[in-house]
Amino acid sequence: MYDFSYHNPKNVADAVSAMNEAEDGKFVAGGQTMIPTMKHRLASPSDIIDLRGIAELSGITVDGRGISIGAMTTHAEVAASSDVQAMIPALAALAANIGDPAVRNCGTIGGSVANNDPAADYPAAVIALGATVKTSKREISADDFFTGMFETALEEDELITAISFPKADAAAYMKFENPASRYAIVGVFVAKTGNDVRVGITGATPCAHRGMRLEEVLNSNFSADALESVEIPVAKMNADIHASAEYRAHLVKVMTRRAVAACS
Amino acid sequence: MAENGIGVSVRRKEDKRYLIGKGNYTDDINVVGQTYAIFVRSPHAHATINGIELAAAETSAGVVAVFTGDDLAADGIGPLICGVTVTSDDGEPHRAPAHPALAQGKVNYVGDHVAIVIAETLAQAKDAAEKVEVDYGILPAVTDTGSAADEGQQQIHEAAPNNICFNWPLGDKEAVEAAFASAHKISRLDLINNRMVTNPIEPRAVLGEYNTGTEEITLHLTSQNPHLHRLVLSAFNQLAPEHKLRIVAPDVGGGFGAKIFIYAEELVVGWACRKVNRPVKWTSDRTEAFLSDAHGRDHVTSAEMALDKDGKFLALRVMTTANLGAYISTFGTMVPSYLYAFLFAGQYTTPLIYSEVKAVFTNTAPVDASRGAGRPEATFMLERLVDVAAADMGLDPVEIRRRNFIPVDAFPYQTPVVQCYDSGDYHAALDKALALADYDGFGARAEEAKTRGMLRGIGLSSYVEACGIAPSAAVGQLGAGIGLWESAQVRFNPTGNVQVFTGSHSSGQGHETTFAQLVTELLGVPIEDIEVIHGDTAKTQFGMGTYGSRSMAVGGVAIAKACEKLIAKGKKIAAHALEAAEGDIEFADGNFTIAGTDKAMSIAEVAFNAYVPHSYPEDLEPGFDENAFFDPLNFSFPGGTHICEVEIDPETGVVEIIKYSAVDDFGKLINPMIVEGQVHGGITHGVGQALLEACHYDSEGQLITASFMDYAMPRADNVPSFDIDYAPTDPPDNPLGVKGCGEAGAIGAPPAVINAITNALGVKHIDMPATPEKVWRAAQGAA
Repeated sequence: MYDFSYHNPKNVADAVSAMNEAEDGKFVAGGQTMIPTMKHRLASPSDIIDLRGIAELSGITVDGRGISIGAMTTHAEVAASSDVQAMIPALAALAANIGDPAVRNCGTIGGSVANNDPAADYPAAVIALGATVKTSKREISADDFFTGMFETALEEDELITAISFPKADAAAYMKFENPASRYAIVGVFVAKTGNDVRVGITGATPCAHRGMRLEEVLNSNFSADALESVEIPVAKMNADIHASAEYRAHLVKVMTRRAVAACS
Repeated sequence: MAENGIGVSVRRKEDKRYLIGKGNYTDDINVVGQTYAIFVRSPHAHATINGIELAAAETSAGVVAVFTGDDLAADGIGPLICGVTVTSDDGEPHRAPAHPALAQGKVNYVGDHVAIVIAETLAQAKDAAEKVEVDYGILPAVTDTGSAADEGQQQIHEAAPNNICFNWPLGDKEAVEAAFASAHKISRLDLINNRMVTNPIEPRAVLGEYNTGTEEITLHLTSQNPHLHRLVLSAFNQLAPEHKLRIVAPDVGGGFGAKIFIYAEELVVGWACRKVNRPVKWTSDRTEAFLSDAHGRDHVTSAEMALDKDGKFLALRVMTTANLGAYISTFGTMVPSYLYAFLFAGQYTTPLIYSEVKAVFTNTAPVDASRGAGRPEATFMLERLVDVAAADMGLDPVEIRRRNFIPVDAFPYQTPVVQCYDSGDYHAALDKALALADYDGFGARAEEAKTRGMLRGIGLSSYVEACGIAPSAAVGQLGAGIGLWESAQVRFNPTGNVQVFTGSHSSGQGHETTFAQLVTELLGVPIEDIEVIHGDTAKTQFGMGTYGSRSMAVGGVAIAKACEKLIAKGKKIAAHALEAAEGDIEFADGNFTIAGTDKAMSIAEVAFNAYVPHSYPEDLEPGFDENAFFDPLNFSFPGGTHICEVEIDPETGVVEIIKYSAVDDFGKLINPMIVEGQVHGGITHGVGQALLEACHYDSEGQLITASFMDYAMPRADNVPSFDIDYAPTDPPDNPLGVKGCGEAGAIGAPPAVINAITNALGVKHIDMPATPEKVWRAAQGAA
């Protein structure tokens, strides 16, 4: 790890100003990606702005329409939240299966979503549930947030403050795990609200995305069998030593089918 | 039987210190004035070094010194050695290109050692290491085992034409050809044995200290065999005279073979600590461990079995190409030769066996022993081929094995491939395993699984392995540069407690418990009064270390022999003290008694007497402290049958192990709980190889699987709760009747798992690791 200046702001405004003053600053939430990257000397930020001291970024609140999760809420807190379990059980289950206990007790929803790892779990849920990403500057819809591999709509000095998830009538997440990392080789989150079905897919391509063709079919017939005819474009899939593009495309369909089955 | 003696599942004495955080691993040790070392490693798999610019590194903050291969060579510090010679088919010894500890003009794998940077802090050493500028001339890399020796391949070492280290034939080629020519059926199988990274949880580390007053170098290091390290570093690498070199291997967090070998970092740190006259510490990070620990396995094999009309094996022919990596590691030559082909008979009476092993160099990390070492490769080849033969003959896999087993009354059994098996009852183990696995009920379970859309399969593996390594005469004849005895010292203190010094160093096996059980059984001293001491060349008299499941079978016998000497001497002392004839003294349950009387002395009283010899005659030597060496008469040959039952989701290719039954013959068990733990760990290791672990280099020689993010180790949820039983026999060659249990699981499991998968899918073969995608593709083909 290279040397860096450490900042421990107590509120969002101070965090943003520390970032603006830094030469090459980085916000750190749970640090589950940033710290290992720095330890490997693959990142050398001049300044680390630690968000853990900012109380306003943590916590889970519920209203009639859905649930709002503070950016610094850990995966373990989301998994254990009776509010999340009651309102969107699939989201609690997703959080409960991220990484291992150490990761879940440090890693945060805001950190995961801001990092936008192509194999992370949360982006699939944010997309499928049609969540809104609230930041220090604005509100960004899920469809506009994830822009590319490890890239988002966030600006350099912009912080996620909370993510609000509208309640779905039914939702399920099916994850096919990488046997080594246990990240998603393919993860599919299906959410149904009224007659509107949304499908969020992670792991399969360089950036989490909506499964529009799948949604189209499911909107007219919400059943696992209906998916048989859908073509998943192999050419767009990731390929690595763990799974070829063809296998990933196949898994997208299988995981979607299983998620739909779990919804009904 | 003593209260905590042989056969009792005594809780591990060593666990308290581990559980309360008082374990003492090499990296836990810090000394005054310590510096930190970082190795500059090659980022290229194959390149010439046209120049190294050190100035920026040398002037970097906190730097104590920077050294390259030239500095080592100038001090006459020799290259790393290989301890076993294999004779190639031209009658010449295997080709042994120099293995410099720091590169001499050329690097041959990613992670190869180019320079050492020593600084006041670890961060300063890392900063300076980044400033070492190496001018590389990149060469094409050879990474593929099967084609490494092909015509026109890039050459790696001048001393090894065609990248061949040796071609090693074994057996009667013509007789095997004749048997194949007249066979009823020939079964054939091509397979690979996947390369593995051993991955002990504690990475390698070394801390070197030089004492200018005593002129002694002390190396604290992660070793399975401290005396072997001292011998090689002293005799072959000229690090220091043997009596001026002390090796301390404190707690070792797993070895599984990877900490047997003498590594570049150990030699270079040992040399550098004297050079800079400061303690120098190096601890591998996990990436370095992936890059530079010796890897295991990596074979490409074609095997053929000739059968008669009844399914009896007539002859076996095996052609293997084995990857040794870029250089020959300490025992690299022995693993794909003697430890491999000598096991080709397996549990069967196959009368004729011929094999050729071509060992090749590639631009990959050196390959050496990893849990099982050669025997898993032999067993996988044979037990898979037997299943293929069963299918070819229309026989049940159980039936074809039964028809070919070496019968119980044929032991000791001389195989056609050098080894003479000590004892075994293969039918008994098979019978027990079939019952444990409810083999007969499999059909119903498969039918039920089918109703859920799942594919069930069952597979067995009847393995035999050679451990208790090894008779010195045998290994000497084969070209080993060392003997493989073990030594022990059992010392009574005047107050009656006992210190046992053993050369069998522990890397987690529980020696401090099992050896104490042996001593309490033999000497009647309470187990809490016995301390087992190991891992320090200044404390233990000598030793060859822990590998090849040899600790109890060889080291345990040495301890027992020292105990026998103590009893013999105790009789002399008791006879003197009790004023009786030596011949009238009997020893039992910790007491020396005059036969037929109630006059007795406890062994503790004898010990005190021995150290307070106020009235000893001239011919009675004071003290109560004996040592012994034991050289085994034979290898020991554990065997057994493992049965694996899997369920496959054909939609995803995910394999779940539903049930795993293992029945092993380890001879007598000293501590059944510890043995069970070894079996669990061994099987899990084997399941890892079968389903998960694949060390993958790309065509440029970059290690793609250089972290746990990409290299899949088995975890608790990859294995079921195991069903374990034993079918012991009594090995006549071992004085304790023990065989060794540490590697059996890793040897028996891979073919059992793959046989279950091929059974479920109805396919001939699937290569390891049977990843979900491979299984899914096979399921598509099979459907």
